[in-house]
Amino acid sequence: MNFVPPDFSPAYPEIFLLVMVCVVLLADLAWGEKKPYVAYVLAQFALLGCVLITFATSVPEVVHTFSGMFVDDAMADILKMLVYVTVSTVLVYSRTYIAARGMFSGEFFSLALFATLGMMVMISASHFLTLYLGLELLSLSQYAMVALRRDSVMATEAAIKFFVLGALASGFLLYGMSMVYGATGTLDITHVTEAIQGGTINHAVLVVGLVFIVAGISFKLSAAPFHMWAPDVYQGAPTAVVLFIGSAPKFAAFGFVMRLLVEGMGAMVADWQGMLIILAVMSMMIGNLAAIAQTNIKRMLAYSTISHMGFMLLGIIGADENGYSSSMFYILVYVLMTLGTFGMIMLLSREGFEAEKLDDFKGLNRRNPWYAFITLLLMFSMAGIPPTVGIYAKLSVLQAVLSAGYVWLAVVAVLFSLIGAFYYLRIVKLMYFDEPETDAPILPQSDIKLLISANGLAVLAFGLFPQSLMALCAYAIQQSI
Amino acid sequence: MLFGLPLLSLVIWLPIFAGIGVLATGGDRNAPLARWLALTGSIAGFLIAIPLYTRFDPLMSAMQFVEYSPWIERFNIHYHLGVDGFAMPLILLNCFTTPLVVIAGWQVISKRVSQYMGAFLVMSGIVNGVFSSLDAILFYVFWEASLIPMFLIIGVWGGPNRVYAAIKFFLYTLLGSLLMLVAFVYLYMISGGSFSILDYHKLPLPLTPQILIFIAFLLAFAVKVPMWPVHTWLPDAHVEAPTGGSVVLAAILLKLGGYGFLRFSLPIVPDASQYFSGMMIALSLIAVVYIGLVALVQADMKKLIAYSSVAHMGFVTLGFFLFNAYGLEGAMVQMVSHGFISGAMFLCVGVLYDRLHSRQIADYGGVANKMPVFAAFFMLFAMANAGLPGTSGFVGEFIVIMAAVEVNFWYAFLAATTLITGASYTLWMYKRVVFGAVANPAVEELKDINGREILILAVLAAAVLGMGLYPSPLTEVMHTTVDDLLAHIARSKL
Repeated sequence: MNFVPPDFSPAYPEIFLLVMVCVVLLADLAWGEKKPYVAYVLAQFALLGCVLITFATSVPEVVHTFSGMFVDDAMADILKMLVYVTVSTVLVYSRTYIAARGMFSGEFFSLALFATLGMMVMISASHFLTLYLGLELLSLSQYAMVALRRDSVMATEAAIKFFVLGALASGFLLYGMSMVYGATGTLDITHVTEAIQGGTINHAVLVVGLVFIVAGISFKLSAAPFHMWAPDVYQGAPTAVVLFIGSAPKFAAFGFVMRLLVEGMGAMVADWQGMLIILAVMSMMIGNLAAIAQTNIKRMLAYSTISHMGFMLLGIIGADENGYSSSMFYILVYVLMTLGTFGMIMLLSREGFEAEKLDDFKGLNRRNPWYAFITLLLMFSMAGIPPTVGIYAKLSVLQAVLSAGYVWLAVVAVLFSLIGAFYYLRIVKLMYFDEPETDAPILPQSDIKLLISANGLAVLAFGLFPQSLMALCAYAIQQSI
Repeated sequence: MLFGLPLLSLVIWLPIFAGIGVLATGGDRNAPLARWLALTGSIAGFLIAIPLYTRFDPLMSAMQFVEYSPWIERFNIHYHLGVDGFAMPLILLNCFTTPLVVIAGWQVISKRVSQYMGAFLVMSGIVNGVFSSLDAILFYVFWEASLIPMFLIIGVWGGPNRVYAAIKFFLYTLLGSLLMLVAFVYLYMISGGSFSILDYHKLPLPLTPQILIFIAFLLAFAVKVPMWPVHTWLPDAHVEAPTGGSVVLAAILLKLGGYGFLRFSLPIVPDASQYFSGMMIALSLIAVVYIGLVALVQADMKKLIAYSSVAHMGFVTLGFFLFNAYGLEGAMVQMVSHGFISGAMFLCVGVLYDRLHSRQIADYGGVANKMPVFAAFFMLFAMANAGLPGTSGFVGEFIVIMAAVEVNFWYAFLAATTLITGASYTLWMYKRVVFGAVANPAVEELKDINGREILILAVLAAAVLGMGLYPSPLTEVMHTTVDDLLAHIARSKL
């Protein structure tokens, strides 16, 4: 019997990144003490390399490899590209912040890259086990990143909460997968689909499995009622790590939802639609209502994330190509806004001072009108006010739920987004209407300055010309389903 | 098109880019530059809008100056602009008001001048966008975007309670418009994937969806007009806003609501509009009668004018839902005239406020002794606000009352009570503020208005009198549009 080596080419980006993580670790060992920036430069180089390799190896058709455990399609390529760009931006924004807090070391960068690798595996998984592997690689790296500041009580507490609840969610997910395995006799997503479509499978067992899988997914998405970890982790973890957790992994989570629910269990759409409606309504409700009461901006943004995930689910509920691509667009827009907002929080922080309270935004317009304007754009975009890109994200998911016939759900969604507008407006109010409490100058590095300006203006520019991003998402979904 | 230029795009984007230019002048060191740049930009914005009137064909029933190009293909959204006899006068009103507001804030605003001036210019362009959009999403984008500058104007340069007023203003308006967005998306589904407003006009709809859509539109537009009982944000916003903000709010932003009824509610859901016309007329009459009485007891001048705005806008909505040509035309005239008069009234109060820093009627008295020129102008505008024949205030109200007589005598009777209440609250306020003996030492110190203030008030006085004596330049551009709309409403869509 001959051993036929699998086709490695679809997995070249993952392989390259794995090698590069090892290089970063070794380089850190060699020069970490004296030249910590080597790890940073290598990490950025690794991400750049991934971009090039993904671009070079992308093919329009769907390719399976490793005996059907790994899939490479347009959606995977585009999501991965977005992940690279996001992680790279996160590293730029974080640089000054982590340097001032003694975290500028190889560990941070190698953990970030491991997490990135986990996301890539999740995005390209076409087998429950691959999916789970990617998810755990991502989660474990994240737990460690949250705990990176060992001396901080808050961070340690956050890490433990994150870990315990995360492990519980993984347990849910595995249990759900095992039920599906029990019913269908396979873990391969394409085979699961065929088995379910065959129609001979006990529906009740599948539904029980589905419930657990959806619970696991909603934990990873931080959708209510599985959202409890998010506010504590957002508040406790260093802002740079929060930025990481809150941004790129959402792409992976979207890929995860697509692979599991849409590709794997697409035939059970009627079952998971109802579950997702409950999750979406609860997330929008809890997220938006709880955010109003917060005084800590990171906690507030955690609740805002929960509500955004509720909105994102609306697109999935739409359950057609339009719906999925509108969800993907929502995630993209959400990540763009999150990057800018947390970038701004880190910009306002300085050595020995964390800009964590809402009041730290007071009078920003006096201190620096430009950053106030950028934050204004980001906040209005989060609230979904034109001419920023946020409105199109809301518009597309609303269109998806309405086309699925849920008029009431659309009305509920806009009412909650009205409530949401209040707390975003409050930040604008603090920046523009109040007097500053401090006149400490804001002096970011020039690359951070440029990037955050570009980030804010992108929210406006895509608000005026959203077509390209929408077309990208539509293309990704069309090519892959 | 003038020399092949896209006129509507110019009236939208020229003020916006001028506003960005003003913002770019930065801190208050460059305040004089910011002021002059803003003045140049706003006057250029007005001049570029004039050809919209001169080249407008009043006999044509289709949209004019149309621009059409794809914008967001994914949702079949177009950059589709065009004006008819309703939109064009409102665009001119807006472009006319902006330079006045810039001049009014010339000396008074000394902090963050570039941001103040920039916000007004940007808003002027955005509002032109609202009036000329023929694509529902484009309309929505401009409609919502107009909230942002006004929110900042009230919140940054407003009075002591500005934060409350600004947030109330924003959330109230947002509530209405979000449901309008749902209605748009719903229409998009029904119409088979179109966001074109003109397509919606032709779209047949059963009564139940019509009613739901009407309610969604009503929330958006009634808040903006504002109609009783969703008017409560307006007195707060007016009282706290700086003078320029009040002027634009009253003269321009309220018109967005009225325009919304004309462009959306009446033509898209005509049967629901008929169905609800009794309720709409009742709400309008409550605004006219009850809010008129509320205005009578106000102790704060700005609040009084704010309530009088609500009462006057009651005539506008009354005129819309009478479904005859006089009603619609009168309502349009009333909108433009209210733009001039309420703007002028707020400017007059602003003149006093700049000097004495009080809006309370009780703090004044005998102003005429110290500011005779001002008192003369204020008199004219107060008379116009009360609806004196010969001023523009009379024309609109009179036409609407005539239209109401045709429908039901009692509608006309109730509406006509405004001639008494309006005169009472305006002239009584005028008497207490301007006439009598000099009330206190602060009034004794008052200086009469300077050349800059005379210029603004004189321009507005000319507009008020001109429209009052010879309104046909305004009415004749809208005859065709009014007739078309009425013919359209008369055809059931069921």
